[in-house]
Amino acid sequence: MVIYGTALLSGCLLVGLALGRILGWAIGIPKNIGGVGIAMLLLILICDRLKQSGKMGLSMERGIAFWSAIYIPIVVAMAASQNVLAAVSSGWIAILAGVLSVSVCFVMVPILSNMGKEEDPKL
Amino acid sequence: MNIIDFLQKDVFIKYNLVTAFAVVGIMLWVSYLISKHLTRGRIHGSAIAIFAGLVLAYFGGYWMKGENGIADVPALAGIGLMGGAMLRDLAIVATAFGVRMEEFRKTGFSGILSLFVGVFSSFFVGACVAYAFGYRDATSITTIGAGAATYIVGPVTGGALGASPEVMALSVAAGLVKSILVMICTPFVAKYLGLDNPRSAMIFGGLMGTTSGVAGGLAATDPELVPYGAMTATFYTGLGCLLGPSVIFLLIRLIVE
Repeated sequence: MVIYGTALLSGCLLVGLALGRILGWAIGIPKNIGGVGIAMLLLILICDRLKQSGKMGLSMERGIAFWSAIYIPIVVAMAASQNVLAAVSSGWIAILAGVLSVSVCFVMVPILSNMGKEEDPKL
Repeated sequence: MNIIDFLQKDVFIKYNLVTAFAVVGIMLWVSYLISKHLTRGRIHGSAIAIFAGLVLAYFGGYWMKGENGIADVPALAGIGLMGGAMLRDLAIVATAFGVRMEEFRKTGFSGILSLFVGVFSSFFVGACVAYAFGYRDATSITTIGAGAATYIVGPVTGGALGASPEVMALSVAAGLVKSILVMICTPFVAKYLGLDNPRSAMIFGGLMGTTSGVAGGLAATDPELVPYGAMTATFYTGLGCLLGPSVIFLLIRLIVE
């Protein structure tokens, strides 16, 4: 059944969010720490198990695949509900801080990726 | 009551999530047409759609004087639900379906390193800008630096340190600017950053940290990379909220006071 896939996906998200929130509480931050990341790991691990034991049917996969496929439209809706006006009319401090931090981080991407490559042969 | 009024109230507002699906669908359709015919596929359809979303959000904010972009227009309120944290996180987790565990293990250390480098460098850059604009107290400098990390780290750090509302607003704005820039610029710079494999996507997510920016930027670059970037980015805000009011504040206070 398709709903089994969606239910599994939802279950992973809920468990991940709960663990992330507990992690935040444990170190004294009123926020969710990595809940979505934990949920992604859970989903990957559980799906792996289910596939290996042959319990993951095609219709169950569809219940997850739909949400994966609807991701880009959701991101477009997210973009459309951002407070763009505040960002654009916030003055130079905010704009400069944003622009410079993005530029610096962009430059770091190839540097850190190359470092990663050097590690690999040793592993 | 004329026909437009009651249609709006009884159809579009009442079924606002359905309206959102239809409107976003049309936006994507038009964007892919523009991509194919006006840019000959050089600019990805989803990049155009995300940009169109941001433009709509600007006008939504201008007309409605709200904080949720076009979603403050009553008939389009469903866009806020569709693009809100709940469905966004569900869809991000779903993208992990079909991802290989091996890729995460291979990037493990670089991914974690990228998180720390990302958080510290954003704070540093934001703090320098704050200093350059005449802020001299550690609380304000740290809060603006936190905003340069993400627009959630900003107010959380500012709240913990007791920053002024004016500084808090600047900090949120800096985070918004960052998130929007990452959405728009990523597809254009992807080639130069080597952003074409899971490893660099994970490092990118860790360095940038803004979940919405990374989610939008990678979606417009290559949807296959989304789960990798999102995975690391989701830890960034937590790390920033942890380090900001503690280690980074103490460091900044040591330097400026």
